[in-house]
Formats: sequence, C-alpha cells, structure tokens
Amino acid sequence: MRFILGFIGAVFALAMTCSLFSGLSTYFSSPPTPLASDEFHREPKALHLASDGPFGNFKNQAQLQRGFQVYSEVCSACHSLKLVSFRDLKGIGYNDAEIKKIASDWKVQAPSINPETGEAATRKPLPSDTIPSPFANEVAARAANNNALPPDLSLITKAREGGAAYVYSLLTGFTKQEGYKNEKGEELLKKFPDAKTPPNLHFNPYFANLNIAMPPPLTTNGQVTYADGTPATVDQMAKDVSAFLAWSAEPNLASRNAAGWPVVLFLLIASILGYLAYQNIWHEAKRKVRVTGALDPQNQAKSRSAKAKQGIAG
Amino acid sequence: MSFSWAKPYEPKTALGRWFDERLPLPRLAYGAVGGGYPVPRNLNYFWNFGVLAGVFLTIQIVTGIVLAMHYYATVDGAFNSVNQLIMRDVNAGWLLRYAHMNGASFFFIVTYIHIFRGLFYGSYKAPRELVWMLGLVIYLLMMATAFMGYVLPWGQMSYWGAQVITGFFSAFPLIGEPLRVWLLGGYAPDQAALTRFFSLHYLLPFVIAGVVILHIWALHIPGSSNPTGVDVKDEKDTLPFHPFYTAKDGWFAAAFLLIYCAVTFFAPNYLGHPDNYIPANPLATPAHIVPEWYFWPFYAILRSCTFNLFWIDAKLWGVLAMFGSILLLFFLPWLDKSPVRSGSYRPVFKRFFWILVVDVVILGYVGGAPLVWWRTALGQVASAYYFLHFLVILPIVSALETPLPLPSSISESVLHGEAEEAAPAGQTKRRGGSVATAIAE
Repeated sequence: MRFILGFIGAVFALAMTCSLFSGLSTYFSSPPTPLASDEFHREPKALHLASDGPFGNFKNQAQLQRGFQVYSEVCSACHSLKLVSFRDLKGIGYNDAEIKKIASDWKVQAPSINPETGEAATRKPLPSDTIPSPFANEVAARAANNNALPPDLSLITKAREGGAAYVYSLLTGFTKQEGYKNEKGEELLKKFPDAKTPPNLHFNPYFANLNIAMPPPLTTNGQVTYADGTPATVDQMAKDVSAFLAWSAEPNLASRNAAGWPVVLFLLIASILGYLAYQNIWHEAKRKVRVTGALDPQNQAKSRSAKAKQGIAG
Repeated sequence: MSFSWAKPYEPKTALGRWFDERLPLPRLAYGAVGGGYPVPRNLNYFWNFGVLAGVFLTIQIVTGIVLAMHYYATVDGAFNSVNQLIMRDVNAGWLLRYAHMNGASFFFIVTYIHIFRGLFYGSYKAPRELVWMLGLVIYLLMMATAFMGYVLPWGQMSYWGAQVITGFFSAFPLIGEPLRVWLLGGYAPDQAALTRFFSLHYLLPFVIAGVVILHIWALHIPGSSNPTGVDVKDEKDTLPFHPFYTAKDGWFAAAFLLIYCAVTFFAPNYLGHPDNYIPANPLATPAHIVPEWYFWPFYAILRSCTFNLFWIDAKLWGVLAMFGSILLLFFLPWLDKSPVRSGSYRPVFKRFFWILVVDVVILGYVGGAPLVWWRTALGQVASAYYFLHFLVILPIVSALETPLPLPSSISESVLHGEAEEAAPAGQTKRRGGSVATAIAE
C-alpha cells in the first residue's frame, strides 16, 4: 500500500510541477501587463478617532453629531443608512425630544399604507423607524446616478479595508488626474496614457480602480454650518462624517470595549490563581516536564558518541 | 480504565451509592476525567489543546443556539437579522455574535495545534490509529460546519464562498454538475441552499460532539500518549487526571481564553473579511474571493493546479489535490512505520517535521493573498512538497532513520532518579502519595 500511496504522492507532485513550469513559461513568454490601479492606488491616510483601539469610545459626541449633520445634509441625498433607527441617535448624545424632531423633520417620508384604502402612502418618520432611504429601490437609485448604485453607509467602515480612515481618505482624495504622481514620483498619464478617467467618473487614487462614480461630495469650506461653531473645512467635515460612520457601523463599540477590560482582568487573575493552584498540586509530583540541557536525550547521545570517539569510559 | 492501578470509583455518601447502583454516571465521569483515569506524568503543554478544543466546541454550541433564536434563514432577512437585529437590538447580541465568530477561529487554532502535536509525537501510531482517524473525522465535520456557518450571514463572501466551494463538485465528470445542483437545491446559492445550510449548521455540531465521545473513548483504551512516546509501564509513570491535569488544564484554559476574549472584545473583526459586511449580490463578484483563514492552506493547494495533466483537467486536479491533502492523513499510521513515536528521538524526522510546518504556513499565506505570479509559483512548490512529505519522504525516513536511544520508562525520563534521593521517608504515606509510595517501593 505504501508504494501505491507513494505513487499517488508523486503524481500530485508532478501535477504541481507541470503547473509550476507552465505558469512560469506563460509569465516569461507573455508577461502580464502592469495595471495603473496597482501602481497608482494609494493606501488610506492616517486618521485618529476617539473610537480607535481597545480604549475606543464615543465620548466625542460633538464630533459625532457634526458627522451626523454632514450625513443628513450631504450624504443622505444619495446614500441610505438602513440599519440605523432614529432612536439609535441617543448613542451620539441626542435626547428624546431632539430625536423626535429629527425624525419628523427628515426630508424623506417613511413608507406606510393609507389606513382607509390600504393603498401605499407615506407618513412622517417616528423615532422607532429606521432612517428612510433616499431612493425607493435599486432601480430608482441607479436611474438617478448614471447607473451607479450608492452603497448603504450603515456598515461602510466595517465593509471596506481601512475602515474610517478609508472613508476619510476617499472623501478628501479627489484630485485632478493631470499631473497626478504616485509616491515614486511617476506620473500616471505619462506611464499609462490609456488610463484617462472616463466621462461621468471621477479620479480618486484612494478608490481601488482609481475612478469612482461618486462626484466629490464635500467641495467647499462651509458647505454645512456647524451649530457648535467649528469651522466646516472639507477636511473637518470628512473627519466628522467618518467618525459618525464608525459609530453607525458599530454602535456597541464603546460598551464592547468597556466590557472587555473587566473580562480580561478577571481571566488574568483567574489564570494567575489557577497557575498557583497548579504549582501547589504538582509540587509533590516532582514535575519536570521538559528535558533540556545536559539531560536532553539528544545531548546525551552526542556526549556519548563524543566520549566513545575520544575513548573515554562512561 | 486501562491500567490495573486506576482507582475505582467509591461513592462517599448513601445517596451516591444509591445513584451509582442505578445509573453509574458519576462512575463514568470519574473514570474518564476524574481521579480514576491515570495519565502519563510527563505531558507538556501541547497536551492541553484537546481539552481546549472541547471548551471551544461548548462555547460554539452555547452561543450558536442563542444566536439561532434571533437569526432569520431567508435570503432577504439573513443579513439584516445578523447586522441589525443581533448586532444592534438583541441584548448583548453583539457579544454572542462576536464570541461565535471568533470562537470558530479559535476552535481551529486549537485544533491545528492539537493536530500538529499528534504529528510530531506520533500520536497516530499503534495502538491509537482509531483515535487519530476519529479526530480527522471531527476535523472534516468542523470544516463543513464552519463553511456552512460562514454562509449564514449572507454577505458577499458568504455567497461567493458558497458558490466557489459547491463549484468543486462540478469538477467531477458526468455526475459533477447534477450533483452540485442537487446539493444546492438550485443552479446557484439561493433560498434552498441557505435553508439547508442553516439546518445542517445546527445539526453537525452535535454530530461532532458524538464523534468527540468516540474519540475520547478510543483514547481511554490505551490511555494518553506522552512526549517520550514510551509506553506506560507502571504506576510510577502516571498521575490521576484529577487533580493533576484538571489543575493544569484549568489554568491554561483561563490563560488561553484571555487571548480569545481580548480578540473578541477588542478586535472582533480582525480575523474576518470586510466584504462580508456587504450584503450578498449575485451580480457583483468580489475582487478577491478568499475563504476564512483556516481554509487558506487548502485553498492554496486548490489554486496551485493550473495544468491539464493526462486526461484530467486542471480544475479536477485542484479538487482532487485539495481533498487528497486531507484524506492522506487517514493513512498516516501506515505511512510512518517507525517504531519510535516521539519526534524528540527522531533527528531526521524532526527536521522534516519543521519543514512541513513552514510549508503549511507558506501555503496559508499563499492561499489568503491575491494571486501574483511568484506567489502562485511558491504555492505550487509548497503544494508539491506537502504531498511528497507525507507520501514519499515520511515512509523513506521512517525506514532508514536511526532513532536516538529511548528512556527505559516515563518516570526515568522525568525524574532522573532524583526523586528517590529527595523523598524523605515520612513523605511516602502522604495524601497524594500514589507517586511517592510507588517510588519508595
């Protein structure tokens, strides 16, 4: 049986070897053409938020509320936030009365039915409703956006590599394609003249294929007017809305971190006490589990053979 | 169970005696994980991972049952029931979900260490062949369960993972495509597939629990293996499972759960893929479809086959190689004929063992990363080595290698004789004294 199995192993190794050589010969005979998106794509910029790391929280509520303002005044024209209910906004510091007002003032009505006729109708949203979407369905969304579908933003920071930093970089990353250089100083359109951004798309090196359907959403300083007087620069608005979207993706993050520390501390103490109990119980058993140094069987064998070579007895 | 000096269960109360005569369940537990199970005294920390695997199976079943109370197995409702209902509205739902999600990863971490422990110390050799094979059955069931569980949130990776993995079956000639359609209940993953995956995902953990019982039963016939691989000879070589190994397993489980909890609470999505937070969309293929990390080595082997050799096309080669890479482990007891179990006393085997570990890590890296020509080539070399290691190198090494001299007994390898000198006469009659008494005799 071992010969049959050995033969099977050799056949699989042969299949891999053939694949290896055919792959390599294809690579060297017709090397793959380099892609503009591989060489000119940029990793997200650094962004530091209060919600980062194991101590992360949502205490910076002024920023989260500013971010919600940017979402409701700018992003919500195209992007839904389907998984978030108005009542959830308590988590960024609004009180019940404010939430009620935000809900009833929302510019899109909640779908409903006419109680008399049963026909489709709309009504003012309630705090218990999820935030109504700007478009009734995907077809309507595509029809209004050059056939591109604006993604739902509820989970966006968890659904993209780079998280909130990616959102921030994307929002501030729109730039002119002419003269754009990567970190190595190569110019995109000189190296890839065919990579010119097609009409209706917008150049953004933080987007995976460099050309995004979304037009720059945050274009001018003061596009929104912050109630707390913070200057609404494009950078500030992008930061704020990224912080808000980090909250919308993981509203339980603060309680998760807060619960994590006692759990870890408990387990730390439990393992220390458990370890001491273990030492105590094993004390009599003369535990010496690992054989090392002069007692290592390999070292013993080495010294034995060395002694034999030298002709020393023992 | 297996050794004559194993302490029999003695009920201490009248109620205990009454119970024992009618249903000897405490007797069973005492003999399996209590004072009545003698275990080699020289086990190192790699022997803790079997118990840990049981801990994680329990965590998965408990969190999973509660999650199933809130989950909707429908293509329209699944994503929202996980990401809205469970993550936002259910009390501590986020904890259940993250504990379950990371519990799966840690279950695999523990299982992989457990398997490689068995590979190094020859735990698959006689008389423990069935222990090893039942373990592999558990591992296969775990893989099926984990795959189906990953489909349930119905995100992009769920959907496309289901598409790719069920697509394996279509590689087989003639029966392949009908088989795939029959398994999925349709031409692509859809409601029928999701419902049956949910049903099986709920069933299989209990099948695993059943096979775990067989695994432990088969283990308790010869008793646990040990780092020297030398058979237990007398009472000096063993310690009762309780309190010695319950204490060792106890503190180590707490320490390991600390790492698990740190990841679950502070970086719950670190081991996952962002694309699974995008709802499933049959019309948009993700740029890089990758399975969860614990499948990466096998995914690398699958993708390594790109050449139509003989009358078998590349896709079928890939599928055969991937299934073969696991199935060959069932033959291990007969591939490695060396009479010496422990890798510690096999200098040549030991070197190849570590090459295999590096090889599997490389395969994992290649399987998880996007395809580039050099990475593909690296994966092909590593895949070829994987097969050669088990099917060619291991039998040859086991036939030719001269092992190092083995200790004559477990107690000799551990105590080096100092116990006899150190144990004062008065100590030999003490409570935990089975050891001391034995030495004194």
